[in-house]
Amino acid sequence: MAKAQDKILKTQEITLNMGPQHPSTHGVYRCILTLDGEYVTDLENVMGYLHRGMEKLAEDRTYTQFIPYTDRLDYLAAILNNVGYVQAVEKLLDIELPERVEYIRVIVSELQRIASHMVYIGSYALDLNGFTGWMYTFRDRERILDLFEMITGSRLTLNYPRIGGVSHDLTDEFMKGLQELVDDLPACFEEYDGLITGNEIFQSRTKGVGKLDAETAINYGITGPNLRASGYCFDLRKNQPYGIYDRFDFDIPTGENGDSYDRFIVRMEEMRQSLRIIKQAMKDIPEGEIMAKVPKVIKPKAGEAYHQIEGAKGWLGYYLVSDGTTKPYRNHIHSPSFVNLGVYPEIARGGNIQDAVVILASIDIVLGEVDR
Amino acid sequence: MEKLFLNLGDVIRNWLFTMGMGDSLVNLIMVVIYVAAILSFVLLNVLYLVYLERKLSAYFQQRLGPNRMGPRGLLQTTMDVIKLISKEDIVPQAADRWVFRLAAIIVFIPAVMLYAVIPFGSGMIAVDLNLGVFYFIAISSSTTIAFLMAGWGSNNKYSLIGGMRTVAQMVSYEIPFVFSILGVVMLTGSLKMSDIVAAQSDVWYIVLQPVAFLIFFIAGTAELNRAPFDLPEGEQELIAGATTEYSGMRWALFFLAEYSNLVAMSALAVTLFLGGPAGPLAPSWIWFVIKVYIMIYVFMWVRWTYPRIRVDHLMNLNWKFLLPLSLVNILVTGIGIKIFEWFRP
Repeated sequence: MAKAQDKILKTQEITLNMGPQHPSTHGVYRCILTLDGEYVTDLENVMGYLHRGMEKLAEDRTYTQFIPYTDRLDYLAAILNNVGYVQAVEKLLDIELPERVEYIRVIVSELQRIASHMVYIGSYALDLNGFTGWMYTFRDRERILDLFEMITGSRLTLNYPRIGGVSHDLTDEFMKGLQELVDDLPACFEEYDGLITGNEIFQSRTKGVGKLDAETAINYGITGPNLRASGYCFDLRKNQPYGIYDRFDFDIPTGENGDSYDRFIVRMEEMRQSLRIIKQAMKDIPEGEIMAKVPKVIKPKAGEAYHQIEGAKGWLGYYLVSDGTTKPYRNHIHSPSFVNLGVYPEIARGGNIQDAVVILASIDIVLGEVDR
Repeated sequence: MEKLFLNLGDVIRNWLFTMGMGDSLVNLIMVVIYVAAILSFVLLNVLYLVYLERKLSAYFQQRLGPNRMGPRGLLQTTMDVIKLISKEDIVPQAADRWVFRLAAIIVFIPAVMLYAVIPFGSGMIAVDLNLGVFYFIAISSSTTIAFLMAGWGSNNKYSLIGGMRTVAQMVSYEIPFVFSILGVVMLTGSLKMSDIVAAQSDVWYIVLQPVAFLIFFIAGTAELNRAPFDLPEGEQELIAGATTEYSGMRWALFFLAEYSNLVAMSALAVTLFLGGPAGPLAPSWIWFVIKVYIMIYVFMWVRWTYPRIRVDHLMNLNWKFLLPLSLVNILVTGIGIKIFEWFRP
């Protein structure tokens, strides 16, 4: 006869590799899950499948030549990367920009932020199997990409800002299209709210999932919407204004619980605030030059400059060291996705495998930026 | 028109008799013809449903859907089938080969067997069993085995989790599913499909049993593994769940079964709650198809609107909500029947 002890059901933990090829890892990211049934007892980040050595490449390119490389970092917010980089170089060169350039940069940056958040909202819905939500956001993002195509010629790896200005002026056609878009966007946001935010299943799957309190978030160096969702109001556009952001009137949305739902809501609200900024910028934009007086060959004096902007995913910083040649001696990039991903194992433990997918979607990573 | 298919059957039967065949041989041939007819009905439906699903999802998502192959993309599924047939049939090296191979076939068998008891029109039922409803439930629940075999045989952890989820989900949802049907059976007093249809000649059971219909619909969606209950597949977390390792025609068999089950489930809903094939003016079998497609439309509508439910919520919904509700429904139906009997002259 079998002993009583042998009859007790034993569970065994299994190791499951999620990624680097997996529908929900948002790129070539891999996490090693330790599962007890469906519950995640441990999670380990594995990155580097997309590593291209961007920072090292920068050392062999001129300052101007590196602009297109920044597109490929966070490829969903290419213009924000461009702006961050060119502003860092401008800081190094100490250049004064024409007014119109500053306004144009604000308009395109905020448009890009909306476009990036739309991908977030859509792919978040998709990770919960809400395919229709994904299609809705991509439908509206297309219109923003159409506008970008008018002024930059490309749709994804936009390469628009230049050191000292921007490559093309905003056309009348662009401004007309922008006006129509600005008029239509509130209705689109309403639609997302109706389809995704207000959905009972969506709420039950995201509320209380992947909680991150402000203290842990700060300890991990989390920035951007993820930090604000944890209830800590910090936005570089307000706290450390760069460009002309101090001239605009907008709010910084924050969350209360720091869960996956709040991270979603904060971004929904951020899109509305970005829209407010665009409207103000459109009203005030002056005529004028789109390029400052910049030397043909950019050769900063030996020294260093650090500049950080509020990217779509958090602090985006460029640290440039010049040795007086045409090429940077060192170009270090602080990429928000990489830092934000660090907290993923911490908040995914204890949930189930479906929660792990939701949490990964909620922290909004782009692998181009994680791996640089 | 009404008796088109019945007359067609009689013509063939008489023709076989004039050929000088014996009784048993004719019956045997007729069974083969019935099976062939049902199979072609199922396959034609599946062919169209794949197209319908893609077109409907496109309309829900404000895009076009397939529109290149044939007029309005109508040949898309034909091309898909050609593609699937010509694809390489991969069996993973570490898989349990026989279990893996058999699963794809086993999943399709109950999906076809279900149609034996479905009344396609008045008098158009292959076998009018005394316990037709019971037969349907018994056969439809055996799909679980195929999914478990696929999940286990693939030797893939994603598949295994998918297979386990299928078992948990099917076993759980079977209970409120059956209980919701009980209300109808209590009103009819019979498990026979033709009796249930006949009993609805005055009023459809969706009016008398609205709660049961709701439970039936929810549990039925779960039984079909359709969103928001498509956890066994669970693309976002399990890639394709139990069917991850399947390719080409074997994979297609799973989907054939899925869509075939969808038609069968809709047909059962029509039979139990929507008055079966009955309807004015047009022949009954046309009404049957119309009603079935209304049900299918609702299933698809739900699928393309809702996100997927979480696995523990799935269990909670079943055990803490649907099951008690279905029991209450049975109680209320029983009391209602008694009260009705008292006041009946």
